[in-house]
Amino acid sequence: MSQLVRKVERPPRLIDEEGRRADGRKVDELRRIKIEVGVLKNADGSCYLEQGRNKIMAAVYGPRELHPRHLAMPDRAILRCRYHMVPFSVLERKSPAPTRREIELSKVIREALEPAIFLEYFPRTTIDVFIEVIQADGGTRCAGITAAAVALADAGIPMRDLVAAIAVGKVEGQLVLDPMDLEDRYGEADMPVAMMPSLGKITLLQADGLMTLEEFEKALELAMRGIKEIYNKQKEALREKYLAIKREVEVT
Amino acid sequence: MPRSEEIIPKIKRQQIMSMLAKGERLDGRRLDEYRPISIELGVVEKAEGSAMVRLGNTISIAGVKVELGKPYPDTPDEGAFIVNAEFLPLASPTFEPGPPDESAIEVARVVDRGIRSSGAIDLKKLCILPGEKVWVVYIDVYVLNHDGNMMDASGLATIAALLIAKMPKVAVKEGKVTILDEWVPLPVVNRPVPVTMAKIGEKIVVDPSLDEELVMDCRITVTIDESDRICAVQKGIGGSLTVDDVKYASKLAVEKAKEIRKALPPLPSIEDVEWIVKEGQ
Amino acid sequence: MAVYFTQREIVVPGQLLAKGPYQLGSNVYKVGNAIYSSIIGLAELKDRAIHVIPLKCCYVPKVGDIVIGKVIDVGISHWTVDIASPYSAILQVSDAFNKVIDTTREDLTKYFDVGDFLVAKIIAFDRTRDPLLSTKEPKCGKIDRGTVVEISPAKIPRLIGKKGSMINMIKKEINCQILVGQNGRIWIYAENPEDELLLVRVIKRIELEAHTSGLTDRIREMIRREKSRRGNVVSASKKGRKAS
Repeated sequence: MSQLVRKVERPPRLIDEEGRRADGRKVDELRRIKIEVGVLKNADGSCYLEQGRNKIMAAVYGPRELHPRHLAMPDRAILRCRYHMVPFSVLERKSPAPTRREIELSKVIREALEPAIFLEYFPRTTIDVFIEVIQADGGTRCAGITAAAVALADAGIPMRDLVAAIAVGKVEGQLVLDPMDLEDRYGEADMPVAMMPSLGKITLLQADGLMTLEEFEKALELAMRGIKEIYNKQKEALREKYLAIKREVEVT
Repeated sequence: MPRSEEIIPKIKRQQIMSMLAKGERLDGRRLDEYRPISIELGVVEKAEGSAMVRLGNTISIAGVKVELGKPYPDTPDEGAFIVNAEFLPLASPTFEPGPPDESAIEVARVVDRGIRSSGAIDLKKLCILPGEKVWVVYIDVYVLNHDGNMMDASGLATIAALLIAKMPKVAVKEGKVTILDEWVPLPVVNRPVPVTMAKIGEKIVVDPSLDEELVMDCRITVTIDESDRICAVQKGIGGSLTVDDVKYASKLAVEKAKEIRKALPPLPSIEDVEWIVKEGQ
Repeated sequence: MAVYFTQREIVVPGQLLAKGPYQLGSNVYKVGNAIYSSIIGLAELKDRAIHVIPLKCCYVPKVGDIVIGKVIDVGISHWTVDIASPYSAILQVSDAFNKVIDTTREDLTKYFDVGDFLVAKIIAFDRTRDPLLSTKEPKCGKIDRGTVVEISPAKIPRLIGKKGSMINMIKKEINCQILVGQNGRIWIYAENPEDELLLVRVIKRIELEAHTSGLTDRIREMIRREKSRRGNVVSASKKGRKAS
């Protein structure tokens, strides 16, 4: 059992003289990432992801029949996406009903995943993606996208590429990779990015706060480095689901 | 959450019935046997208490949050607690997004009754200023994968999360309340355990799997407290039970609850715990 | 010209498989002269074509396929059938039996009811409409005994094996009937109910280990071990079952 987190307090410095952040990371370092594939028996594809203190469960159902039928597209599948935080995922209990923030994030996450999926293979159907944030600690939309992409691949849905996502923040004038909640809260800027890494295509880009053009470009480069690392973890986790079985039975 | 009805294949129904007639179950369990139970504690560090329960392939997660609030007018000297349960759309192909439907509300209400009737939380200890300020304990339960018996999985997750929950101490001085940076256990003094059974044909089975729920004629949940007392009962879905069924079910529940309670964490030791420091009096 | 995978390597969507004038097989796509995988599966180069054999996929109906469906609704002149696919299928009364049924007088549930499994052939399907079934074909019709097991349709070829090697071995080892639906549903029936339970486990294991080598031998060994274990314990209580 891990230690309870009781409050977020701003330390005097978010980055110390040696360039260390409050959790000991360097500015260009990701949080520890753990990805498990196929964790929910009922779903067609699923993924549990931990990124630092973020804990995300993603599940995919489909392609499946769409009700009501008039929502269906004659030439492709539609993608539906729900991003939701459970009430105890944050320090101040959140109401269980979807907030405006969750509704917006559901939309941008859907739009980040859509370009990766061969929706045209399954006319008149729906693919449903559900992302539940079990614990939030900054960067949950990106962690949600990373997990959802793995769940989609696990469901055997044809895709152009996986989608990997990461945020870059600006804290005390410095760009930092993968900001946690503390840095989000007291930082000057936050920029989530998602892309299809093999194809080099960006599918989500948002930013708030203030950055110079130069900082913006640097932030993009930093994001791409993080995305490459996350992409490798995604691929590794997907293969591992099958390699583990192979190792087990072929040795004996 | 609206749900569509799952249709069980007729030959599977026949198979379940004919095996039951011989005293066997599709998954090889005895009629009075639970699926393997695992309880993972403290899975969410930002919650005051949390637990993930796996009952076979059914997964429920519960989280506890405490907040300051106003007491109910009829119990001015007691804290309050609220249980909310939701069946997430990622838990089953038949669940859809939306506010909790009647089955999710039923689960929340039955879990609530078990906690309330057994006095599992000593609510008097949660009163800070009578009639004005009390602690409110929020318990949110989410089903992550539905393979039958969401009731017991949710009830166990709830009590497990409460048992390990920590809350801050408060100081009261001249009617002013200050939250201190000192954490104490929640005043949990009882461990109610729900035991759900299904009546299928003439047989009663405990911990019905999803397949069994799809063919059951009737469902009954009996919640049993630490001293083997019944603290909540709920007959569910249509169908009916005989008096003998109910007697059998309650006896079985006492026996099973005892067994299952062993998987729960112990009651917190709260003898010397002070929740409220009164200053200047 | 280059190939970036080893034969039968596990690949994921977006993985670069080859560059150059290779042919596009199944589950791959091309950008410029680069060929990528579009699915999680095993990559293969065969006759200059690049394929990915899926490890998981959904069932897309194909005309001529034999499938096992579950009746989910009974209409006035048709049944709606779940065929474990994104598309529900329709079975018209006229495609169900060789005799004429007067739907104004007869209740269709007496033929097929909600929850019934049936074996059917897909006789029509395209992008614009739901698949149509027929139960007039040989081996088709209602299933009223045995067990239906469901696996990913991606694993059906492995269950059958090269030239039927896996399924023939199973039938040789266990006295049973097996009918494989291309949609991932498999009907099994054995005189001895214990054999049927063993078959379920066998099929589930094949699904789980489909991508490993030496599987046929391991499955044969599993069946023999199980049978001899059982033979030692309950040779006396050999139960037969009445065929319905």
